[in-house]
Amino acid sequence: MSTPYYVSPEQIWEDKKVFVDRGIEQAKEVIVLAYKDGLLMVAENPRRTLFKISEIYDRIALASTGRVSEYEALRVAGIREAEVKGYTYYREDVTGKWLTNIYSQHISAIAQAWDVKPLEIELLVCEVNGRPDVHSQIYKISFDGTYEELDKFAVIGGRAEAITESLYETYKEGLELKDALQLAASTFESIESKESEPYQITPETIEVSCLDSTIGRRKFRRFSVDEIAEIYNHAS
Amino acid sequence: MLKPHDYATTDFLQILRSRCPEQVANWNQLNGLQQEYPRNFLEGTTVLALVYNDGVIIAGDRQATEGYQVGERRIQKVFKIDRHTAIAVAGVAGPCFETAKLFQVQVEFYEKMEGTPLSLEGQANYLASLVRANLSLVMQGLVVLPIFAGFDLKQQKGRIFKYDVLGGRYEEDAYYSIGSGGKDARSTLKKLFQPDMTEQAALKAIVEALWDAADEDIATGGPDLIRKIFPTLTVITKDGISDIPDATVAELFQELVSRLEQG
Repeated sequence: MSTPYYVSPEQIWEDKKVFVDRGIEQAKEVIVLAYKDGLLMVAENPRRTLFKISEIYDRIALASTGRVSEYEALRVAGIREAEVKGYTYYREDVTGKWLTNIYSQHISAIAQAWDVKPLEIELLVCEVNGRPDVHSQIYKISFDGTYEELDKFAVIGGRAEAITESLYETYKEGLELKDALQLAASTFESIESKESEPYQITPETIEVSCLDSTIGRRKFRRFSVDEIAEIYNHAS
Repeated sequence: MLKPHDYATTDFLQILRSRCPEQVANWNQLNGLQQEYPRNFLEGTTVLALVYNDGVIIAGDRQATEGYQVGERRIQKVFKIDRHTAIAVAGVAGPCFETAKLFQVQVEFYEKMEGTPLSLEGQANYLASLVRANLSLVMQGLVVLPIFAGFDLKQQKGRIFKYDVLGGRYEEDAYYSIGSGGKDARSTLKKLFQPDMTEQAALKAIVEALWDAADEDIATGGPDLIRKIFPTLTVITKDGISDIPDATVAELFQELVSRLEQG
């Protein structure tokens, strides 16, 4: 009879972390920036139907990176939970913090289970006008379900750390939409250019959405390639 | 606990039925009741829609009656559904509003899940099933009926759909009106309607139709100049959906009144 071998909890956790890190390393980044009227969300994504940024509810959007099938299931589940809650109680009772908790519980349960692989995703739950005194909130959820609250900007994806560092130097509060988009695009460019020759972001290669706190009930807006090009031209 | 792979459907009503059935009205409970039910519930009255050259206008008065009493003076009977569609409801107020709310959530839910809006025809068909779900209410004499109007981005024109209580769905190509004053409003629209009307002409026709409905039908509310309550007029074009401001509606009615005074 063979003796079952012992693996320490630290080692199991470490292995899972390495496994997820390897998956996320290749994931394209999403940048979320607070601008004058709300939150701007920019992803390097040339696809026109498989989105990384989506509307969840009136004031809430989800930015995700990693495995598409995994975050897509969470996106759909989030919309469903939000709609059921909003229908049962009141639309304003659906909040980013509540949704973040739901995601966090689910993701951490999977990360802790011994017989399933952890989810190779990172999420940003974005919300505007959560409270009268708060302009916008971003909740960053990691593979193990832990999350943090951010208010100025947040980045997920392979080179999130490098981009965050760069944004610490370049980010300014109260940016216009066009300047915020310009900042996100040039950050992508500078990060990419360091590794190879000059790299150019064009309207066709990025996905851009915003939560605009100044528009009606549904704050989410997705920009078409033409609209991105127009904002872009104004900026440069 | 989140169950991402359950209920993989774009039908919100189905999710509601399985997740929280207490949120979905079950009118079948009414079937055992006698005909002599108390009539202390609100009923909405006249709503209408009219196609014009840039799209469609959907409108309704603001009054709800409770038997022979005015039950509510500021009720809203026109509901925006998405960026290019709206419904107006007539009949028993409670179930009317519930149908409108459910319809609006369903259409938006579909759009978010699929990443593309539900087509105008798709919306019109889905609404038919919601109307049919109220059939046992109808058997008690409690009618809930909508008019559905929207701008069809594919055909580039305004379209109107009317319904019957069995869920029948019929398209009208010019105008339609339902509710207790619906027939009166319809006669006026019949006289005033022309193909390719301008927005101004369409608004004038609607205001006159609502006036006539309020004049002939005791349940329909006219413009309330003292409380400053005016009917809802909602315009839908290719650019989106918007309400005509109260001040403009007030002017339209004043114009109509001075025209009527002159004979």
